[in-house]
Amino acid sequence: MTAPILLLTGIAFIAAIILGIASRLFFVDEDPRIEAVANLLPGANCGGCGQAGCNSAAEAIVARKVEVNVCVVGGTETAEEIGEYLGYDVAGAEPMLACSSCEGGYRAARKYHYSGLQDCRAALQLYHGFIRCENGCLGLGSCERACRFSAIRMDPESGLPIFDPERCVGCGSCIETCPKGIISLVGEKTKILHWNQYTQCLSPCRQRCPAQIDIPKYLAHARRGEYGAALSAIKDKNPLPVSTGRVCPELCATQCRRTINDDPLAINSIKRFVSDWERSSGKRIPVPVAADTGHKIAVVGGGPSGLSAAYYLRRLGHQVEIFEMMPKLGGMPRYGIPEYRLSEEQLQWDIDGVLELGITAHTNVTLGKDFTIQFLLKNGFDAVYLAIGAWHGRLLPLEGKELTGIYSGIDYLRRFHTDEETITGQNFVIIGAGNVAMDCARSALRTGASSVHLIFRFSRDLMEANAHEIADAEKEGVVMSCLVSPVRFIGEGGRLTGIEVQKVTLQERAGGGLPDVIPVEGSNEVLPCDVLIQAVGQAADLNDIIEADGLAKTRYNTIDADEETLQTSLPGVFAGGDCYSGPRLLVEAIAAGRYAARSIHYYVTTGEIPAIEYRQREMMAPAMIDSLVNVVPQPTNAIKPIIPLEERMATFREVEGTISERQCQLEATRCLNCGIYCYDQDDLPLDQLRIAKSCPNEPHIVEKEKNALAA
Amino acid sequence: MDLFYLAISSTFVNNILLAQYLGHCPFLGVSKRIGTALGMAAAIIFVTILSAIFTWSTFTYVLRPYGLEFLQTLTFILIIASLVQLVEIILKKKSKALYNALGVYLALITTNCAVMGVALLITRKELGFIEMLVFAIASSVGYALALLLFAGHRERLQISAIPKSMQGTAIALVTAGIMSLAFIGFRGMAA
Ligand SMILES: Cc1cc2nc3c(=O)[nH]c(=O)nc-3n(C[C@H](O)[C@H](O)[C@H](O)COP(=O)(O)OP(=O)(O)OC[C@H]3O[C@@H](n4cnc5c(N)ncnc54)[C@H](O)[C@@H]3O)c2cc1C
Repeated sequence: MTAPILLLTGIAFIAAIILGIASRLFFVDEDPRIEAVANLLPGANCGGCGQAGCNSAAEAIVARKVEVNVCVVGGTETAEEIGEYLGYDVAGAEPMLACSSCEGGYRAARKYHYSGLQDCRAALQLYHGFIRCENGCLGLGSCERACRFSAIRMDPESGLPIFDPERCVGCGSCIETCPKGIISLVGEKTKILHWNQYTQCLSPCRQRCPAQIDIPKYLAHARRGEYGAALSAIKDKNPLPVSTGRVCPELCATQCRRTINDDPLAINSIKRFVSDWERSSGKRIPVPVAADTGHKIAVVGGGPSGLSAAYYLRRLGHQVEIFEMMPKLGGMPRYGIPEYRLSEEQLQWDIDGVLELGITAHTNVTLGKDFTIQFLLKNGFDAVYLAIGAWHGRLLPLEGKELTGIYSGIDYLRRFHTDEETITGQNFVIIGAGNVAMDCARSALRTGASSVHLIFRFSRDLMEANAHEIADAEKEGVVMSCLVSPVRFIGEGGRLTGIEVQKVTLQERAGGGLPDVIPVEGSNEVLPCDVLIQAVGQAADLNDIIEADGLAKTRYNTIDADEETLQTSLPGVFAGGDCYSGPRLLVEAIAAGRYAARSIHYYVTTGEIPAIEYRQREMMAPAMIDSLVNVVPQPTNAIKPIIPLEERMATFREVEGTISERQCQLEATRCLNCGIYCYDQDDLPLDQLRIAKSCPNEPHIVEKEKNALAA
Repeated sequence: MDLFYLAISSTFVNNILLAQYLGHCPFLGVSKRIGTALGMAAAIIFVTILSAIFTWSTFTYVLRPYGLEFLQTLTFILIIASLVQLVEIILKKKSKALYNALGVYLALITTNCAVMGVALLITRKELGFIEMLVFAIASSVGYALALLLFAGHRERLQISAIPKSMQGTAIALVTAGIMSLAFIGFRGMAA
């Protein structure tokens, strides 16, 4: 009886000793977290995550190669446990969702009738599939059958797969099954880091929008009443839709192909509608935020560009802090653009949407005075984004420039939003014809000026302001004189009483650019006025910063930075928005913010900022997109409600209203879906007939490697 | 010649998987893709041979001399399990590449019936050292062969029109049955 017991204990003992020694001897220095994470995983070794078993999954999680929620079996609970252990915020672990780049489906033309095995891979064996398009979806649903989580459903109408974001776990089995390679896993990061490329099939509006918003996509959602989805599509590229929805000059619409024989789409009105839809519901559409990366980034300047950079950096998982010199965030849209175009309350909704992602903002601190860039870099910030705008209003160096009653445009407008006294007067003269000038003129009328005279050196077609701003200003009673140049300011007892001006003519300059101004002799006259506002240019306030940190500037008094990366002369310090480009548009500042976020993300995570291949800069040749034949005219109906003139004076009430839901949906149906090309001509009504030209499909944005599934 | 017969018979005729039906959890589990099946097959060959050597030695030099043959199942489990663990530890340190290729499967076959089966069959047949080696190699190669053939079938099955009720494991088992019949056909060849 003792022998067997002895034997078994003996063998077990020996085995234990050998194993013990071996694990000492062959000890591999492993992160202790890997074992801990592996213990939290279910240990099913199923490979559903695309890793070779639970151990390697744990390794990948700790190395941050995959997200904490990779485990398909463990689900959210496991993800949360792991996240808690590793100290990440899991709620926002970035979901990787499958999506297909084909939008053709049953509409694509057929090569022949196919009645073989109902499987895409089998069908592809026969003359490379039965649809004429080389890239498109065959629609036999192999991906639907490959999905282990019933997240894919074939739409009986379009013949295309529909992906259920609630069920998709991003395991990638559909990608491996699809023989056409049109399914890809797209995460939030991809959308944020991606910039237009010439290889993409882009509708003209998408090419023209500086922020590169996917306009056809949000119009399609709006058309179907999916306002939340529409808004999410907008917010992938623009975090301030309420503000842009009101003041954007709609560069996109200038390229809208409806203009060939029709009105352009009122794209911005639709954006305004969906963003107001969220605002009036009072409930925000949740925005996913990637797991914490542990990097800290400082954003200096809380204007649109700073907010946009902060928003995308936060969504990419970085810690962001904003440093702002004014008591409130918002930049020029708050301290410049008047209340009747964009109210502080509306802007605040956009700003709160950014801050609610977990961004800290320090206000009343000025770079160059209260802190320096070096201070930020030494105190744990891995990178700095300068978005300090153009807050120095230029003043003309003419005779009498020291008289009281002369102000710069941004100075005049800022006082409506601060504790400073506002400037009032009877007779205003305004120099300039940009948005700032129009805002000053219209604000002056609203504060009781009896006459407002706007003078501009060039001809009317060279006025920079948004076209309907000019029209509105004139309607409200602003007198405009073009081809008039200021000569000197006249005053009495130190107070301004008038301005001497002179008529001019223009002469084309040989090399293009702005024409030369030639004064007309003897045309001088004096315009009496008690307030003169100059909206003749802005620059960045850089002197203190340059003194403290030695930042390089350009001869236009803007920050000098690399065009491809927005990196300044100081490593790890980036600049964008008005302080880099000079005063431009809100969307451009927002675009710069996302562009800088991309650079900074790569800079802090990899130390290197990759160039964007085939980056789209110019509009692509129209031939790249299918041509339009027989588009039935359908005039726009999305005319914004406007309050009558009498109601505008003496108040700063909002002038333009938001279009109605019906108008929004109707307008969105006018979209021609440019850039989507595989139509079966026979089935189409005449008004949608297209001639498909060569159109490269969207490139596949694949983030996750196509790992062979183990087991 | 005897050794040759032994090899043929244990690879084909008495194929451990299809004729004796041992170790069919990986047979059904990791046979969806040829790639993974290959990794599994390699791991099985490796572990089977190694554990056969160890169990045979233990049986011949420890259990039999002391008349403790009845303990063989228990000791074999102990030995095979520790062995696999040991191999895993060593591989991890010495050859990361091999570990990455076989690692996952090693853990899965700690208690694989085919490995255990080979060890037990060897003692039952009272084979000598060389014979034992040939038997272990041939059996595990047979296993690998069956696994790969089956994986090939299943890859094709995946894209075939199969009635709903038969999809998945059902058709896999039917296929396995038919393959098994085919292997039984070898019976007449040698025994
Ligand atoms: C009156 C007016 C009307 C406009 N109308 C339109 C329009 O209709 N449509 C349109 O598209 N665009 C319009 N624009 C342009 C648009 O507002 C700007 O292009 C945009 O705000 C630029 O954003 P930004 O973030 O680069 O700079 P800003 O908005 O200027 O923000 C810069 C921020 O940095 C802060 N800051 C500055 N210096 C420091 C410092 N040293 N330390 C800390 N913080 C600092 C500022 O307080 C400010 O918050 C208008 C601009 C003005 C002035």
